[in-house]
Amino acid sequence: MAKILRKAELAPAVFEFVVAAPLVTHRCQPGQFVIIRVDETSERIPLTIGDFDREAGTITLIVQAVGNTTKHFCQDFQAGDEILDVAGPLGRPSEMKKFGTVVCVGGGIGVAPVYPIARAYKALGNKVISIIGARSKNILIWVDKMRAVSDELIIATDDGTEGHKGFVTDPLKEMLTRGDKVDYVIAIGPVIMMKNVAATTKPFHTKTAVSLNTIMVDGTGMCGGCRVTVGGENYFACVDGPEFDGHQVDFVNLMERQKMYKNQEALPYSCGGHCKCVEE
Amino acid sequence: MRGGMRNPMPEQAAEVRKHNFDEVATGYTEKTAIDEAQRCLNCPKPMCVTGCPVNVYIPKFIHAVSEGKFAEAIAILKQKNSLPAVCGRVCPQESQCESKCILGIKGEPVAIGRLERFVADYARTHNLEKITPASAGVAKKQKVAIIGSGPSGLTAAGDLAKLGYQVTIFEALHAAGGVLMYGIPPFRLPKDIVQYEIKNLERLGVKIIPNAIIGKTFTIADLMQEEGFAAVYIGTGAGLPHFMHIPGENLNGVYAANEFLTRVNLMGAYKFPQVATPVYVGKKVAVVGGGNVAMDAARTAMRLGAEHVYIVYRRGEAELPARKEEVGHAKAEGIEFKLLHNPAQILGNDQGWVTGLECIQMELGAPDASGRRSPQEIPGSNFVLDVDMVVMAIGQGANPLLKQTTPDLNVTKRGNIVVDATEATSIPGVFAGGDIVTGAATVISAMGAGKKAAQAMDAYLQKQA
Ligand SMILES: Cc1cc2nc3c(=O)[nH]c(=O)nc-3n(C[C@H](O)[C@H](O)[C@H](O)COP(=O)(O)OP(=O)(O)OC[C@H]3O[C@@H](n4cnc5c(N)ncnc54)[C@H](O)[C@@H]3O)c2cc1C
Ligand SMILES: Cc1cc2nc3c(=O)[nH]c(=O)nc-3n(C[C@H](O)[C@H](O)[C@H](O)COP(=O)(O)OP(=O)(O)OC[C@H]3O[C@@H](n4cnc5c(N)ncnc54)[C@H](O)[C@@H]3O)c2cc1C
Ligand code: SF4
Ligand code: SF4
Ligand code: FES
Repeated sequence: MAKILRKAELAPAVFEFVVAAPLVTHRCQPGQFVIIRVDETSERIPLTIGDFDREAGTITLIVQAVGNTTKHFCQDFQAGDEILDVAGPLGRPSEMKKFGTVVCVGGGIGVAPVYPIARAYKALGNKVISIIGARSKNILIWVDKMRAVSDELIIATDDGTEGHKGFVTDPLKEMLTRGDKVDYVIAIGPVIMMKNVAATTKPFHTKTAVSLNTIMVDGTGMCGGCRVTVGGENYFACVDGPEFDGHQVDFVNLMERQKMYKNQEALPYSCGGHCKCVEE
Repeated sequence: MRGGMRNPMPEQAAEVRKHNFDEVATGYTEKTAIDEAQRCLNCPKPMCVTGCPVNVYIPKFIHAVSEGKFAEAIAILKQKNSLPAVCGRVCPQESQCESKCILGIKGEPVAIGRLERFVADYARTHNLEKITPASAGVAKKQKVAIIGSGPSGLTAAGDLAKLGYQVTIFEALHAAGGVLMYGIPPFRLPKDIVQYEIKNLERLGVKIIPNAIIGKTFTIADLMQEEGFAAVYIGTGAGLPHFMHIPGENLNGVYAANEFLTRVNLMGAYKFPQVATPVYVGKKVAVVGGGNVAMDAARTAMRLGAEHVYIVYRRGEAELPARKEEVGHAKAEGIEFKLLHNPAQILGNDQGWVTGLECIQMELGAPDASGRRSPQEIPGSNFVLDVDMVVMAIGQGANPLLKQTTPDLNVTKRGNIVVDATEATSIPGVFAGGDIVTGAATVISAMGAGKKAAQAMDAYLQKQA
C-alpha cells in the first residue's frame, strides 16, 4: 500500500501524484520507472519516476488519463487514498556522465520523466539545453521546474501560444544546422516525437537516447511482452531499457505493438496525447 | 481387496471443462481415498520413497489414510513436504514416486499423488492443522532474507521459520507464489490453495514483502549490510522466456507463454472486462513446445474461446516432456498435436499481425548425447499453418536482473547460479536453489533445494551467532 500525499491537476487530464514509496526511493535513479496496480482489478501500469525525494521517501508520478486504468486512477484517487501496489525502481538508470552539452527534449507529459534526467545532467556539470513542447500553452507542464535545471529552455507549442510555434524538432534542427555544439540528446515523449527527434539528429551523428513506452506486465524481464527491436536485435524494454539508442530503434514495430490491445481498450491509441506530434 | 487397478480420478467432462477455468480433476472422496490407500502393501522397503525427491514417508501416510486417520496423515506428509496440496496436483508422479511403486509391476501403482492431494485438501477444509507462530516461546534467532516466493523460497522460508529464524521473503511481483500463481493455470492448481499455504507461512511468522525486486529495490549487499540480514536464500526461478529467433516473433499476436499465462492467471484476464488486464486470443492458435508450459498455454487458449489450438513440437509423442496426464487432458479437450513439426518463421500482414506459422516437418535421427533421438528437417516439407496467434513455450532461462547488481555471484554461462552440495553460492552467507540453479525443473525439486538450503543455512548461522 502506498499513500497518495498530494494530487494536483497540471493540465487537462494530466495529474501529478506525490506518493509515499520509501522502498522505491531507497535506490531509484533518473530514468527509472515503477509499475503500479491501483486496486485489486486494475492492470499493472508502468509510470516514470518524475521526481523523487529520498529523505521524505516520496516519488512524484505524472499520469495522463488515456485509458481505463489511468482514467480510473486520475478520477477516483485523491490525496489520502492508497495505491495497492507500487513496485520499483525498474529499468536501467539513464547513462549518467559529463557529455558536455546535452539537449533534453520532452514532449507532452514526457517533460516529467525528462526533468530528473536534466537535473542530474546539470549536477554533473553538463550544459543543459531543454526543449519542451505541447500542443498549446495550457497543456505545458513543469515549465518552471525545467527552467530551474536548464541553462537554456526552449518552448515549442503547436499553436504558438507559448514560445516557438511548431514542433520540438524545429529548434533542435536549427541548433544542429547552425553547428552548435551538441554532444548528447535525450528525448522522451510520444513515439512519433521520439522517432522524429532521432531522424533529426541522425544526419548529424549526434548520440540520441529515447525512452520506450512499450506495453508491459511484470517489468522484471519475465513476460517478454515489452520486447523491442533495436539494431535488429530483440531487447526487453523493462530490463534492457527503457532508454535505447534512438538511431537503432525500430519505431514502426514499436508503434504496431502498442496497438496490440486496441480492440479491447475500446479507445483509440493515444500515448502522450497532448503533444502535437500525435496529430501529425 | 481390489484388483490391480487404481481408483480413477473423478474429473469434469472434457466438453464442459474446456469452457471453464474450474479445476479439471475434482478429487477423491473419503471413501475412495480409503479404498485406494488399502491397496498399498506398506512395503518394509518402500521403493516409492526413493522416487520422491523429498522422500515423503509414503507408506506411513497412506497407512494413516487407510485407517481414516487424516490428521495423522497430514502431519506425516508435512514432515517432508510443506506443500502437499500443490505437489499432489502437479508432481510428475508417473516418473517419480509412482514409477517406483511395487504394484506398478503387475498392475497400476498406488495413486500416491491423488492420496497426497486428498489428505491436504481434507486437512484444509476440515481445519486439521493447528499453526502457531514458530517463534512463540523460542528465543528469536537471526534475520534471514528469502528472494523470490516460488515453491523453493516458500519451503526454505517455512523451514527456517520453524527453526526460529526471523524470515522475510522479498517478492518482485504483487502476489507471492511464483510460478504457482502466475504460470500454472487455475484449472490445474486453484489459486486459493496456493494462497492458503502462503497464509499458513505468514501465521508461522514469515513476513512477505511484495513489489520488492532484489537487485533494484535493494541489492543483496544492502540486505546484508544495511538491513541486517545474516543470510540470504535466492529462489528467483527461471523466469526469462526464450524465443526462437525466427522472423516474425515481434508481430502482434505472438506471445511468450509467460506473458500469456501471466495475463490470464496472475492478472485474471479471463475475467476481462471485469478486470482491467486484456488478453488477445486468436481463433486459430499455435503453441510451440511440448512441455507442461505448452500444454497449459494451449488449454488456456482453448478455454478463452479459440476455435482451433495446435501444439507444434519438433520431436515425437514419446519425447513430449509434459506430464502424460496433461497430454491426455489436452487431447481430450480437442487440442491437435502437430508432432515432428518445427516453426521456420511467423508470417504477418502489413498491420503487424500474425497470419500464419510456416512449419517444416521433421524426422527422428540417431539418438543424441542425451539419449533422445534428435529431430532433423525434411527438406522441402515446409507448409503454412493457418493461425492468427502463436505462443512460444520453448523454455525459460535465468533472469539476469539480480546478477547485474551482484558481481561476486558466480553464475554459469547460461546465468544459472553456481552452488556447492549445500546450496551455498560464491558469496558467504548467500545460498540459492530451485530453477535459478537447475534451470527450469519441477515444483518438488525446487522445494527439495529449499529444504536442503534451510539446513545448510541453519548450520551456517549457528556458527555466526
Ligand atoms: C517505461 C514507461 C514509462 C511510462 N511513464 C508514463 C508516465 O510517466 N506517465 C504516463 O501517463 N504514462 C506513462 N507510460 C504509459 C502508461 O503506462 C500507459 O499510458 C498506461 O499503461 C495506459 O493504461 P490505461 O489502462 O489507462 O490505458 P489503455 O486503454 O489500456 O491503453 C492506452 C495505451 O497505453 C498503452 N498501454 C496499455 N497498457 C499498458 C501497459 N501495461 N504498459 C504500457 N503501456 C500500456 C497502450 O499502448 C495503449 O494503446 C509509461 C510507459 C512505460 C513503458
Ligand atoms: C506454466 C508452467 C507449468 C508448470 N507445470 C509444472 C508441473 O505441472 N509440475 C511441476 O513439477 N513443475 C511445473 N512447472 C515448473 C515449476 O513451476 C518450477 O520448476 C518451479 O515453480 C520452480 O520454483 P522456484 O521456486 O525455483 O521458482 P519460481 O516458481 O519461478 O518462483 C520464483 C519467484 O521469484 C520471484 N523473483 C524473481 N526474481 C526476483 C528478484 N530479483 N527479486 C525478488 N523476487 C524475484 C519471481 O517473481 C517468482 O515469484 C511449470 C512451470 C510453468 C512455467
Ligand atoms: S511430493 Fe511428489 S514425488 Fe513426493 S510423494 Fe508427493 S507426489 Fe510423489
Ligand atoms: S511401493 Fe507402492 S505398495 Fe509399496 S509402500 Fe510404496 S506405495 Fe505402498
Ligand atoms: S514487462 Fe515483462 S518482460 Fe518486460
